[in-house]
Amino acid sequence: MEMVNIKINGMPLSVPAGSTILEAARQHGIEIPTLCYLREINEIGACRICVVEVVGMRNLVAACVYPVAEGMEILTNSKRVFASRKTNLELILSTHNRSCLSCVRSGNCELQKLCKDFRIYDETLYDGEKPASDYDDSAVHMVRDNSKCVLCRRCAAACAKWQDVAVIGPNGRGFNTHIGTAFNQNLSDVACVSCGQCIVVCPTGALSEKDNTKDVWRALSDPTKHVIVQTAPSIRVTLGEAFGMHIGTNVEGKMVAALRRLGFDGVYDTDFAADMTIVEEANELVERIKNGGKLPMITSCSPGWVKYCEHYYPEFTENLSSCKSPQQMFGALAKTWYAEKTGIDPKDIFVVGIMPCTAKKFETKREDESASGYPDVDVSLTTRELARMIERAGMYLPKLPDEEFDAPLGTSTGAGVIFGATGGVMEAALRTAKEWITGESGETVEFQEVRGTEGIKEASYQIGDLKLNVCVASGLKNAKKVLESVKSGEKEYHFIEIMGCPGGCVNGGGQPVQQAAVRNFIDLKARRAAALYENDKNKPIRKSHENPVVKEVYETYLGSYGSHKAHEILHTSYKKRNRF
Amino acid sequence: MYRSHVLVCGGTGCTSSGSERIIAALEHEIQENGLTEEIKVIKTGCFGLCALGPIMIVYPEGAFYSMVKPEDIPEIVSEHLLKGRIVTRLLYQETVQEDTVKSLNHTQFYAKQKRVALKNCGVIDPENINEYIGLNGYMALGKVLTEMTPEQVIQTIKDSGLRGRGGGGFPTGTKWSFAAAQPAGQKYVCCNADEGDPGAFMDRSVLEGDPHVVLEAMAIAGYAIGANQGYIYVRAEYPIAVKRLEIAIGQARENGLLGKDILGTGFDFDIELRLGAGAFVCGEETALMTSIEGRRGEPRPRPPFPAVKGLFERPTVLNNVETYANIPQIILNGADWFASMGTEKSKGTKVFALGGKINNTGLVEVPMGTTLREIVEEIGGGIPNGKKFKAAQTGGPSGGCIPASLIDIPVDYDNLISIGSMMGSGGLIVMDEDTCMVDIAKFFLEFTVDESCGKCTPCRIGTKRLLEILDKITKGKGTLEDLDKMEELCYHIKANSLCGLGQSAPNPVLSTLKYFRDEYVAHIVDKKCPAGVCKALLNFTIDPEKCRGCTLCARACPADAISGSVKQPHVIDPAKCLKCGACMEKCKFGAIYKK
Repeated sequence: MEMVNIKINGMPLSVPAGSTILEAARQHGIEIPTLCYLREINEIGACRICVVEVVGMRNLVAACVYPVAEGMEILTNSKRVFASRKTNLELILSTHNRSCLSCVRSGNCELQKLCKDFRIYDETLYDGEKPASDYDDSAVHMVRDNSKCVLCRRCAAACAKWQDVAVIGPNGRGFNTHIGTAFNQNLSDVACVSCGQCIVVCPTGALSEKDNTKDVWRALSDPTKHVIVQTAPSIRVTLGEAFGMHIGTNVEGKMVAALRRLGFDGVYDTDFAADMTIVEEANELVERIKNGGKLPMITSCSPGWVKYCEHYYPEFTENLSSCKSPQQMFGALAKTWYAEKTGIDPKDIFVVGIMPCTAKKFETKREDESASGYPDVDVSLTTRELARMIERAGMYLPKLPDEEFDAPLGTSTGAGVIFGATGGVMEAALRTAKEWITGESGETVEFQEVRGTEGIKEASYQIGDLKLNVCVASGLKNAKKVLESVKSGEKEYHFIEIMGCPGGCVNGGGQPVQQAAVRNFIDLKARRAAALYENDKNKPIRKSHENPVVKEVYETYLGSYGSHKAHEILHTSYKKRNRF
Repeated sequence: MYRSHVLVCGGTGCTSSGSERIIAALEHEIQENGLTEEIKVIKTGCFGLCALGPIMIVYPEGAFYSMVKPEDIPEIVSEHLLKGRIVTRLLYQETVQEDTVKSLNHTQFYAKQKRVALKNCGVIDPENINEYIGLNGYMALGKVLTEMTPEQVIQTIKDSGLRGRGGGGFPTGTKWSFAAAQPAGQKYVCCNADEGDPGAFMDRSVLEGDPHVVLEAMAIAGYAIGANQGYIYVRAEYPIAVKRLEIAIGQARENGLLGKDILGTGFDFDIELRLGAGAFVCGEETALMTSIEGRRGEPRPRPPFPAVKGLFERPTVLNNVETYANIPQIILNGADWFASMGTEKSKGTKVFALGGKINNTGLVEVPMGTTLREIVEEIGGGIPNGKKFKAAQTGGPSGGCIPASLIDIPVDYDNLISIGSMMGSGGLIVMDEDTCMVDIAKFFLEFTVDESCGKCTPCRIGTKRLLEILDKITKGKGTLEDLDKMEELCYHIKANSLCGLGQSAPNPVLSTLKYFRDEYVAHIVDKKCPAGVCKALLNFTIDPEKCRGCTLCARACPADAISGSVKQPHVIDPAKCLKCGACMEKCKFGAIYKK
């Protein structure tokens, strides 16, 4: 690697040519604060918080985008630098809604941290006219409050560059610049897929999930309700972050304890429903291959992806597996099989989902998602909302004991757990499909080819007489690439797994927010996924079709895989949605 | 062969003042008098003396008729064109001589000018490529393609000392050499025709009066750097320029001067137009290219510079219209010829759009180093109504105000920078004693606040806060601390903004603070606007000694603020007064004062 010699704050350093001042400084332990910078997708030098002095240059430069050069002398902590950053913060504050005390991001707000670090003691110094700001709570899944927006554009970058959706971006110009949709329509009226990636990259409280915790508190205090909760596979490896624990810590037992202490009547695991999904979906795949059904079959677990497909690629909705997502399968079975088994009227059962996802909120409101006649799932909360409930209830998660899920809906396999990472559904399905097709119970359950955080993965497996071509994509920009390659005939797959968020659910739009200072340098999705695979490895049962409760449900209630009753309860339908 | 040529200005100024009707009337009269075989009417580009429009010149006499009206045309045709008698009463007064007409080149307006970029403006029919070719047009392109290597072309431009005429003044040849040094492959040549300074119309006039010179120069640049595609980014608000460019591109293609295998040399180069929607920031090079790419016109950080990674991330040369307009003549006349004009570090000439409180509003081109006094007092003909020169603003909203004390400064890039202004694209607005410098700073800042793209914090919010402080001061609510806060904020915005727009936006404030601080202080401490402009600080009063009680003022007042009986002194109620000045205009006795 070609190196150049520079000086930072007088220290002579050798750094790779072509790196930015920010990267070069970081390599030598000097952190330069940033606000708008999001590695790879938002390197725009807009906020001017990372400004540094380069000796000999008249103006300050933005460290996040300015490349180093041989002999460059950089000052990152000079009086002029500090004063500049401070003034930029004061200017931002003059347009900011400073109701910080009750802000959803209080304590985890990047602007707040910067203001503290730079000792902004007069928040009102540059107060003047505030830009007109809109408050948009039209969408089911999130709220946009532009009065807290700092115009870093990280949301717009995530929407456009990760998801290729681009429904929000800068409108207007100058002082009137604001983030909005085309023609400032309501978010609910545009082709937003509800993925929530904009929220997890937002440095402030301008973007947040729609808070549904009060509905859950109300249900919990209603003695007529049997309130049960299910937690998605990835929650156990991310919830700890909201309590300052290391990224990738598995807190399954503590999470169960917390939920039980919140007063849920049953603490269950969506992993069980994931196992259900696998057997039903693997059966659907085998049927499609055998009977000349629509191929490639594409997974339907990710509601962000499903909505994307309906808006942008309606010609592929027939390729979607008709299986409901695990969240919905859980709710459907809770209000049918479980209701029957426990003798509780389904109208009194209140199902709460704890999901890594904001699109799951939208999913609960979809048509054809009420097997019992009542909505399969009543409320879907994000990991962040659960963390807030635990905090409000006065519990400190790291100190809670480890407890186990309740029976019967808490019984799951390793296959269910890995649903939370990109490639996990594919691997789980392969574990089952392979055995079903070959009729042999294999020892190897790991399919390494479909693991990893790359956006698009491909593999071929010889299963009996069939050479099964599969593809795994995560992040909708990658989904688009895969769909286009299928459309053009360039690629032929039998089965495709698509997750709406890059890296799958572990990096979902409902997960705890990690500030850019962490996000820019640590691959969250890899660390969180590693914890899931570790969990899978230690499970006694690692194949969905071997889950004893799954077997029981089919034997005692549904009949066979893909039976008429299974279709009524576990399958759903899709529709074309407008793009404009 | 025609015995007489009538050149009528078809530039924007004269078109607005009715030159189209003049041409129609001329053609009608010429036909009526059976002169169609003898007299040719040509619609040209701008002559420069816009204040006197509509303008026409009759050759071979060189009779310069100004402020011509359609009803004058029969007389001009029957007297001048038919009988050979010049209509003296319609001549530009300065050209009237006893027995003949004085050459335009000897008038005060033109005498000190040196037309290089504007060489063909007002001389040729811009819609006829043959007239351009007739004045050595496309000869420079032929020369570089057949006699010069790309390296020689770049060396020539370097040796000429030509610097970018769009604002920054970067050496053009050096810029080209950077793009040329990039590995071969797709490269682009762009022309910045997004002139946006209030009151500036230099580039517009070149495009309207001599569009081919831009096309030729871009092709030369393409040859020099190894590009075969050019884009001209021109404002949609310049309809005449757009139309003439379209015609010019079509004619150049028909004549094999654009397109494949130009002049049989194997060199391919073509040009397309891209219309801008009028955002000022799109004159910034990276924003301009982002806009051509079809995205929101916003600047992006540099480096990488356009010469390395420009349009569509390919090496790109971007120059403005006036810069290109110099290129063919540098190639034909040599670098030494060009370098012989101007000052040590600023070679050649510069076109200025003279505006504001000046007699000869219009377009002038002078050698670099001409003093501001020569431009204002001689070429510009001084200030109207005998008022005193107070300041001149160069560089538009990015520039600064030059006070009367510096009127003898030779105008070039470095001198202007050293006094807190800049060359900019060449707007030159003259102010007299009736101009309030706080108000002027506010005017320019309103413009930049409006035109800020909103991307970076200091420009988006900082300029707005500056404007709010200025507004406070003009309303008499400012404090002396505000001046310090404003100055601090100015330096902050300059040092922290992402692009040139923000980096230069505070210049009008800083320069007025530097040279006219007393006016700010008067607004703040005395609550007075010395120039009598800032309404909130004005009071209209009637001098009872002079008032005859004619009631005209009371009747003119839209707010019923004036009371009094007939033949008795009237009184203005300050609570009701809107400070519109209507009373003062009506008063025949000079009894009303504002102070």
